[in-house]
Amino acid sequence: MPTLHPSTKGKPLRRQLNLQQQRVRAAYVFLLPMLIMLLLVAAWPLFRSISFSFTDATAETLFNGQSQWVGFDNYLERRLRSNGEVRWRGVLVDADWWNAVWNTIRFSVVSVSLEAFFGLLVALVLNMEFKGRGLVRAAILIPWAIPTVVSARMWGWMLNDQFGVINYMMMGVGLIDKPIAWTASSDTAMLAVLIVDVWKTTPFMALLILAGLQMIPRDMYEAAKLDGIHPVKVFFRVTLPMIKPALMVAVIFRALDALRIFDLIYLLTPQSDATVTMSVLSYREIQQFGDYGEGSAMSTLLFVIITLFVLLYIKLGRVNLTGATR
Amino acid sequence: MERTVFGNILFYMGVVLIVTISIYPFYYAIITSFESGTALFKPNFFPESFSLENYKNVLSQRSFLRSFANSVFIAAVTVGFALLLAVTASYALARVTFRGRGLLLMTILGVSMFPQIAVLSGLYELINILGIYNKPWALVLSYTIFTLPFTVWVLTTFMRELPIEIEEAAIVDGATPWIVITKVFLPLLWPAMVTTGLLAFIGAWNEFLFALTFTISETERTVPVAIALLSGASSQEVPWGAIMAASVIVTIPLIILVLIFQRKIVAGLTAGGVKG
Amino acid sequence: MAHIQLKSLSKSFGALEVIKGIDLEIKKGEFMVFVGPSGCGKSTLLRLISGLEQISSGQLLFDGEEVNNLVPSKRGIAMVFQSYALYPHMTVYENMAFGMKLAQTTKAEMDTRVRSAAELLQIDHLLERLPKQLSGGQRQRVAIGRAIVRDPRVFLFDEPLSNLDAALRVQTRLEIAKLHHDMTDVTMVYVTHDQVEAMTLADRICVLRNGEVEQVGTPAELYENPNSLFVAGFIGSPKMNFLTDRFAEDFDCTTLGIRPEHINITTAADAVWQGKVIHAEDLGSDHFLFIEIGSSEPLIVRQNGKLLGSIGDALSLRPIPEHLHRFGANDRPLG
Repeated sequence: MPTLHPSTKGKPLRRQLNLQQQRVRAAYVFLLPMLIMLLLVAAWPLFRSISFSFTDATAETLFNGQSQWVGFDNYLERRLRSNGEVRWRGVLVDADWWNAVWNTIRFSVVSVSLEAFFGLLVALVLNMEFKGRGLVRAAILIPWAIPTVVSARMWGWMLNDQFGVINYMMMGVGLIDKPIAWTASSDTAMLAVLIVDVWKTTPFMALLILAGLQMIPRDMYEAAKLDGIHPVKVFFRVTLPMIKPALMVAVIFRALDALRIFDLIYLLTPQSDATVTMSVLSYREIQQFGDYGEGSAMSTLLFVIITLFVLLYIKLGRVNLTGATR
Repeated sequence: MERTVFGNILFYMGVVLIVTISIYPFYYAIITSFESGTALFKPNFFPESFSLENYKNVLSQRSFLRSFANSVFIAAVTVGFALLLAVTASYALARVTFRGRGLLLMTILGVSMFPQIAVLSGLYELINILGIYNKPWALVLSYTIFTLPFTVWVLTTFMRELPIEIEEAAIVDGATPWIVITKVFLPLLWPAMVTTGLLAFIGAWNEFLFALTFTISETERTVPVAIALLSGASSQEVPWGAIMAASVIVTIPLIILVLIFQRKIVAGLTAGGVKG
Repeated sequence: MAHIQLKSLSKSFGALEVIKGIDLEIKKGEFMVFVGPSGCGKSTLLRLISGLEQISSGQLLFDGEEVNNLVPSKRGIAMVFQSYALYPHMTVYENMAFGMKLAQTTKAEMDTRVRSAAELLQIDHLLERLPKQLSGGQRQRVAIGRAIVRDPRVFLFDEPLSNLDAALRVQTRLEIAKLHHDMTDVTMVYVTHDQVEAMTLADRICVLRNGEVEQVGTPAELYENPNSLFVAGFIGSPKMNFLTDRFAEDFDCTTLGIRPEHINITTAADAVWQGKVIHAEDLGSDHFLFIEIGSSEPLIVRQNGKLLGSIGDALSLRPIPEHLHRFGANDRPLG
């Protein structure tokens, strides 16, 4: 027979926790290991990286405590030369940095737009009923599953200027008359990176959009068909507005990913100024030149940009939620 | 479906195009990996010669096998560790109302979108302080930055979908939150755990930047770094055949996994709405 | 076994007060049914008693002891949920034994209790099955069995029949009634929105409305002496007829209530009301005539046995005087 705890009239000696209090306490205990881990591997390193951006730390001085606090000098520093001339230096007046900023923005905007467009096309195809649909869906998962390093090398080989199959094909059909050095030439390097990135990430986009498409009730299409509405009109008036929330989420996720791109560019077009992005430049500064101060300043700026973007996403996400329920 | 014959032809041409573009590059990598000598440098669409030399080359390098083992170990440990912490955390986030829950969830989502470069120098310092530079643990630790928020986020989504009444029945039966997780929810969450774990595994398996930065010796490399740094005697002489063979070796297991768990992966990706 | 007292019990979700200071006593061994329209707070009240929801203010006493902050498993309660809430990965046996296992009951004791409960509910042949291999009715029995083995002081039911089909609902209702007779010292609290379930099962019914108790009493009391227009309208099917304006004025009240079975068809000389039949429902044992007498809604008259009128007929009607319910402007009955 279950027994009650002896109740103590008046002042209880030890306070009993009620169910909600017990659960909240358990929740904090359950969250603690994760929070400690995130503090250790994310918050602390982030704090240190930002701190480095205010010092003149280098690979040599990083651990011996010799690095000096330099304030905002890594970002912007006013230097008075002996002849009275004023010179500005720092990341914010560095032409290489701004080149990387524009490259990153250009890459992000173009790649995400193309991926959204092709993703939508592929999703529309996969949303149709036809023989072998499962196979097609399996096939488009392959580019997504291939490691970036492998796809960079694979495409690097296919885009090779002397032996590449792409040049061979294009010359075969007469599109070009002499081989193009896709990854090396500054005119085509960005194009090469875009091709590989779009190839690799369109499947992800397509799957997210497909999930959105499959939530549209079939009778909506049937009703439109009965009313004799033209399919193109149905697409713009019914389909597109209905998948807009899913599309927005996919686009924002991809955009955040594109803004921080590193491996594909580092591997496919290692030395090209035409494709260098914020992440790649910052990495070069830190690893190749050992300039932890300036490199960290760059990575901090990238972090600020992405944070702003995330905040924008959270705000837009809310707008979407209310819009979707209407 | 009433489609015109012409429309049908156009539609299937589109389908064929999608499939071709998706699989051709990998197909071409496979063909190349079986060619050697001069055949390698002659572009072709169908296999024209067959040789296992590239595979022998790659597999006879002890460092490559070592890299493969490193990758398996690091990805598995990272994922196991992340899932362990994520199960309890996601229970708290999905099932208990407490102050600051929304903010915490947003922070976790935010961390999963961190640019890795932003923590690189700080993490490098931390890893050196802990004395694990150039050791697998350095990568396990650093991969936790993205696998942990990802698994927490996706598992929270799955955990939310479990019916509330089952949990309440367990509470009436005298189950503490810990018992609810281990005895009631975990058995129901296995499919979700497999999906989440697999996605996190792929993420860890493919990671490049940290692996490149935090390892220095050939024996500590992971597969992506090993493939990226495969080079010939001179910079002019890139060993394309060996690179393609290595690429095929590391990609085939992934593709098999992905095809087996196809449906679950799609569910996981859309549940989390997170990057792949 | 437990005597339950609710003393100005309140519950708020944020600024929204869903239970507004309820005072109620549930006697030991009593079958109490909470009934009311959706949103009246009946489920919340049950969850406050179970401990799944935290009491905002007031006191909840079991046998004179305050249990406000006691966790559900320590209150000696068992609960049957609307969706059965069986553990999908456990067999029937494991489902029923789970609570005892957590309480570290001995294996032998556990086995005896599970088997006797299973026998009582005639599910002893299903013990090794998983919930997904059972029918809806069988699942509900397992859920009840899981509650029985806890040997509770208080048995709580949260709309346990609403997921069953009509035939099964009647059968399970019977079984719950039988259970109550077998377990005479267990207090049972049952939530439903269905007044038929309430009338058939309850020793006493508590009608709730907007988080407040409207009336508490035996089914007969509520039926015969509803103390508000709301209760009068809620209990009984078909609904009590309500007449207003001149019909009510004739009887010196704001609203006049009369149940369909309390109206006789009579001769023109005796007529209080006269009207035409506009609709007739034949249920076999009963007949309902819908008669237009000039009131806002047609008057429903219940006839057992043979039908005394068909559509279009003009009828003279006379209510049985001692069954008239007269309500004042405040919706309360007039003395």
